[in-house]
Amino acid sequence: MSRLDPPHVSRRSFLSLVSLGSFFAALGTAAAGIFRLPNPAVLPGPVRRFKLGPPEQFSAGSETAFAEQNLVLFRDDEGFYAISSTCTHLGCTVARSKDGFACPCHGSRFNSKGSVVGGPAPRPLPWLEVSRSANGDLVVNADNEVPEGTRYRV
Amino acid sequence: MAETATREFLHNLHDLPQTVKDSCFRLGKAPESEREESQATFHNLFLHIHSVRVHVRTLKPTLTFGLGLMATASFLITIITGVLLMVYYKPSTDLAYQSIKDIHFTVSTGRFIRNIHRWSAQLMVLVVLLHMARVFFTASYKKPREFNWLIGLALLVLTLALSFTGYLLPWDQLAYWAITIGSNIANSPRELTDAIGITRFFDPGGFQKRLLLGANYVGQDALIRFYVLHVFVLPLALVTLLGVHFWRIRKDGGLAKPEDPPGGLAEWGGEKRPVFQPLATKTYGLMALVKGKRAPVNRGPENTVMSWPHLFWAELSVFMVTVAVTLILAFYSDAPLKELANAAIPENPAKAPWYFLGLQELVSYSAFMGGMLIPMIVLVGLALIPFLDRRPGGEGTWFGTSHERSVFWQSIFFACAVTVGMLAFTVNYGWLRNWFPNIHQLWIIAINPGSLFVLIFAAWSIFILKRKDSVRLSAVSLFTCFLVGFTLLTYFATVHRGPNWHFYWWPSQWPVH
Repeated sequence: MSRLDPPHVSRRSFLSLVSLGSFFAALGTAAAGIFRLPNPAVLPGPVRRFKLGPPEQFSAGSETAFAEQNLVLFRDDEGFYAISSTCTHLGCTVARSKDGFACPCHGSRFNSKGSVVGGPAPRPLPWLEVSRSANGDLVVNADNEVPEGTRYRV
Repeated sequence: MAETATREFLHNLHDLPQTVKDSCFRLGKAPESEREESQATFHNLFLHIHSVRVHVRTLKPTLTFGLGLMATASFLITIITGVLLMVYYKPSTDLAYQSIKDIHFTVSTGRFIRNIHRWSAQLMVLVVLLHMARVFFTASYKKPREFNWLIGLALLVLTLALSFTGYLLPWDQLAYWAITIGSNIANSPRELTDAIGITRFFDPGGFQKRLLLGANYVGQDALIRFYVLHVFVLPLALVTLLGVHFWRIRKDGGLAKPEDPPGGLAEWGGEKRPVFQPLATKTYGLMALVKGKRAPVNRGPENTVMSWPHLFWAELSVFMVTVAVTLILAFYSDAPLKELANAAIPENPAKAPWYFLGLQELVSYSAFMGGMLIPMIVLVGLALIPFLDRRPGGEGTWFGTSHERSVFWQSIFFACAVTVGMLAFTVNYGWLRNWFPNIHQLWIIAINPGSLFVLIFAAWSIFILKRKDSVRLSAVSLFTCFLVGFTLLTYFATVHRGPNWHFYWWPSQWPVH
């Protein structure tokens, strides 16, 4: 039998096949559609821009932990920087250790600049964008990451 | 005429207790003959999932230890106590914690019911794992029971998912950080997609996390999702699959057992008895016209007994034991409730319940490898067992084929040595990140103690395959390694991991702060 002479397919079995195909196509679409509802269209969440107070409040060489905001604010000679204290591994809050940060959940360790020095964390702790509000208060935007080493000068 | 109707009415009224009883219980009395015993079984919706007769071998307590039934019993207990808890529990981040406290301290019997719920759930996880081990070591997954092994695996996953979603609901510290960690494990494919830089186009991790949390933070949306999963979706799925699981036991010919020798005598219960041979000309009823072997067909009445009462007594006693164990545990030991969820500080150490601690140890090497890939590999490996080991033999007998017992013990020894050695090495010398701080994340994902466990155990089972020239023995070695690894990691993370996931010999050495 050549390609020019295909086997006979009856109209009935062809239509059955097509309708069966349409059934499974509909089923698949419905199954995929089921996941559209629980997949949130908007991501509700608290605003993660935090006012931390006037810059004079923080002396040079200081570091201040903001537990609620999950970040640590540093001031050194070059300026301000903020490091997130949410572990990049699985989201636990890291705590200050002798020479950096340590995660209580799975033992990730970071140095005081946030770089990974041990444990499973895949990325360094993010440095967060520091700026000032209209009234001069320091503002940290926890949703905006900046490259490590970025300082904000007052 | 009215006279007669009144009389008839009064007569019926007089007979009422008897007629109601007769309509409820068709037999109306304890069955006396085998015929009545079989009717007692198949005239009852709840009993008719049993065959009328069972093979004496399957009633032997040391074949199954009643583990499957015990898992079912503990599941039923969680259903009943769970519904009771739903009366007072409020799935809201503001109210959940207080409502659990109400249940614990104020509601009559609330504390006891919550304890029972918690203990039967723990028992269920333990017993389901043991049940799987029983089925494996008695080679009961072999043809025609491959499909039921798969259903069993799905039930294992559902059991773990139910436990996980369950301990999120009190919204205490354990709950909050477990959701955080769990949703980030769902997010962990990002570790890989980030490492190769495709997250912007292809982000399955982010999708899974969004689906679980319903938001980009852990809050009310997440709690209500886990609540719906815990009280409706997962139990419904579990009940459905449990039905299939039971049904398949019947369709696959009852519990796995060795073939009776053809003809002649066989030894049952210490005495030789003739084995029933079906006549070639004999036809069986419609009930027998199914594929596979069924207890009443091809099996002699000499080596089967009536399900009523033998099987039902056995089942009832397993139920009683399960209830008794749960009640005793619940009476003497309270379900824990930690402090109210605090998004600022996790506990230190933040430990999962025991059945996830092995996983937590693996995750402490790499989130993606330990939290997603290795569990996937283990599940796929378990699922493949009955399709790769297809040679019949040893069904329904503990360590039924030759050399199984010795391979089992060798594998225990091997897996203990490997696991202890690897853990000791990791604790003493750290891992890649400690030696090469700038190493690419892909190396950490690919080579870590967890992935090495998998590789070494796989290598060991291939070695057994070559050396013993038996797929079954190879499967035994791999399954044993998996069990030993799971047990040792669980033990290690329970006892030897302390604050900041550091190694300590005993919890008493943890630093105070």
